[in-house]
Amino acid sequence: MSDILGSMISLAFLSQVIRISVPYVLAGMGGVFSERSGIVNIALEGMMLNGAFAYVLGTFLTGDPVAGVISGVLCGMLTGLVHGIVSIRFKANQIISGVAINLLSVGMTKYFLKIFFDSSSNSARVAGIESFSVLPYNSEFADTINGIFGNPLIILTIAIVVFSHLTIFKTVFGLRLRSVGEHPEAADTLGVKVNLIRYMCVILSGALAGLGGVWLAVDQHQFTDGMSNGRGFIALAAVIFGKWSPIGVAFGCLLFGFAESMQITLQSSGADIPTQFVQMIPYVLTIIALAGFIGKSMPPAASGVVFEKDN
Amino acid sequence: MADTVIELRNIVKRFGKVVANNGVNLSVRKGEIHAIVGENGAGKSTLMKILYGLYHPDCGEIILNGCKISRNTPQNAIKNGIGMVHQHFMLIPPLTVTENVILGIEPAKKGILDLAFAAKEIQSLSDKFNLKIDPSKKIEELSVGENQRVEIIKVLYRGAEILILDEPTAVLTPQEVKEFFGVIKNLVSQGKTVIIITHKLDEVMDISDRITVMKQGRTINTLDTAKTSPREIARIMVGRDVLLKVDKKPMETGNTILSVENLSVMKNASVHALKEISFQIKAGEILGIAGVEGNGQTELIEAIMGLNIEKIVSGKVSLMDMEMSKKSTKYRLKSGFSHIPEDRHKRGLVLEFSVRDNLILGRHNDFSASGFLQEKSINSYSETLINDFDIRPPDADVAAEGLSGGNQQKIIVAREFSRNFEFLLAAQPTRGVDIGAIEFIHRRIIAARDEGKAVLLVSAELSEILSLSDTIAVLYKGRIAKIFNASSTNENELGAFMTGAAS
Repeated sequence: MSDILGSMISLAFLSQVIRISVPYVLAGMGGVFSERSGIVNIALEGMMLNGAFAYVLGTFLTGDPVAGVISGVLCGMLTGLVHGIVSIRFKANQIISGVAINLLSVGMTKYFLKIFFDSSSNSARVAGIESFSVLPYNSEFADTINGIFGNPLIILTIAIVVFSHLTIFKTVFGLRLRSVGEHPEAADTLGVKVNLIRYMCVILSGALAGLGGVWLAVDQHQFTDGMSNGRGFIALAAVIFGKWSPIGVAFGCLLFGFAESMQITLQSSGADIPTQFVQMIPYVLTIIALAGFIGKSMPPAASGVVFEKDN
Repeated sequence: MADTVIELRNIVKRFGKVVANNGVNLSVRKGEIHAIVGENGAGKSTLMKILYGLYHPDCGEIILNGCKISRNTPQNAIKNGIGMVHQHFMLIPPLTVTENVILGIEPAKKGILDLAFAAKEIQSLSDKFNLKIDPSKKIEELSVGENQRVEIIKVLYRGAEILILDEPTAVLTPQEVKEFFGVIKNLVSQGKTVIIITHKLDEVMDISDRITVMKQGRTINTLDTAKTSPREIARIMVGRDVLLKVDKKPMETGNTILSVENLSVMKNASVHALKEISFQIKAGEILGIAGVEGNGQTELIEAIMGLNIEKIVSGKVSLMDMEMSKKSTKYRLKSGFSHIPEDRHKRGLVLEFSVRDNLILGRHNDFSASGFLQEKSINSYSETLINDFDIRPPDADVAAEGLSGGNQQKIIVAREFSRNFEFLLAAQPTRGVDIGAIEFIHRRIIAARDEGKAVLLVSAELSEILSLSDTIAVLYKGRIAKIFNASSTNENELGAFMTGAAS
């Protein structure tokens, strides 16, 4: 038991927690923007999957991972736009739109996987993103630090969390997006363009979730069928857990990342616990966290509510 | 004579076949408090929405400071210094006062909000007009009266010189009304012009300099407040002599039908909403509950109908000596209760349902056989009711939300009057209802009384209480301040008890 505890307070474990949390955090930020503006976004899952595939395809076709990242983000934005058009322009139920997008994404990535890579399970291997050296030494410690703080995507993720927080709470755009998610009629009477803001937020949401998907593909150097594997939903749980605040959500994601790392560590330690129970840990934690731990979590009042202008 | 700031000439506005404004003329002077009075549906709100640019008149002219305004939109109205405080507040509860006030015209540097600067400006507006608002508070932490003052700050912050207030006192307690009038007087003393819409005559006399009376879409007359009386205004407003006295026979009472004994209801864990309320209503009697809203009326209604059993701490409600205190609402309705609820949208109707479905709401068992609804009998039943109660449009299939307030109320009245009942609880039976429907509903209530039913009338309209009731109980702070014989009291005496000035 002490071995397990020992391995859990190591630097390697910390590094693992961060690496696992990154896609949650990115998708979670996407969820925050979307829901804060009043659009329920369970399409995060599909956005991640599309982003992951687009990264692999972009990198595969150009040979340049940067082009891959850009195509992953653009593909996420496109998915966001679709969700926006369906739920804003056509006023469809946002949950159903999200479910449809998730199902569509699974099918579409499978289809293009077959076309471009002639496989129904995984793509060819593509380049990942090089870390740069923060500490120019060769030691286990330096390697770990470089693995975290030398990774451009991790740095970007941290920046995005800070940026999201500042945007939502300190800028004109942030005030308007919060007002639109809480009371669109009031915002409208003051000349705020409700639907424009909602479009912007749901597209931004797609960009962030797409980037989360990019991370998954970068991490594995390939796309595998259904690789988002429920992460979009966990991110959504983290949005609720973090009470729709970017910093809170980021911590929620770290908690889920921690639970998942713990599960991996326990499994590989060969401890005498049935694997099924170990695998349950992140989900049990999710349920406990949502059910009782955080107290009352109030969503934006107009989240999921279609705005109709009265003439 | 002071300068005229706003002039409206011959404004006409139609909605489909309904003419909401039919040749309205209005002139408002700078620095005055100008009241616009009239019954519901007289066209007051429509007129103000035209002035604020929310509606465009079909014809007529708006002249502001001598210039004709051709294309009026809310944005232009704001630019021209006209601000409107809506009857329903447009505030965002989880945001702060500052955030609510600046939304849409935020002071910012490169997109970054300058909240400190905004808060300072709001604080100085609040100080200047004595509004007593802390800009850093969240809206959800503020009282209704404070919410309203935030709305006024919102308008002032946008540079309004002319403030339109739509039924501003409807949601306020008497103390808040008093405070609010202080605020308005302060605004005017600092050069602002205020247009206030209301149908409460005593308030008009209190606050305004001039009064324009509207009736059926027309402006009838503009009077100097100092040279008129509530009597005169009421006569112009209603078109006949003061206090819509309903024709009614002298009361012929029978046995006690409803009795309430020592009823106490909690508002929350520590505060009483009602304390030791007792009264009886006999067959053929209308007991009116007078009182400023929020003095326990809602809790009394709920307690009698069995809607808040968990909050009742003591007391008895009985119908013809049958104790009902612990019985369900369904049981009560079966035993002879009938209920026109206070809020027709919340408790009276399913708005999305058709008129037909609303007419049999809660009575499905009477219209079904082996679990299946009997369409034929439902159809003929609803046709009869639509006819008898003059529900318009006379179409059973149309959704209730498509009907006017008055006709929605008639659906409820039709449903409730056609069950077998001994006791009718009529709560705000004519709220938001047009003149014709008011008379109709009043006549029905009187008819029920003449048939020997017991009626409890709860209304915020003192004139309604006075004209219908045989007996009047004043509810003040959850207690019955006094019970009067309706023929031997008057508005002033009741008012004194309602506000706690007499006891």
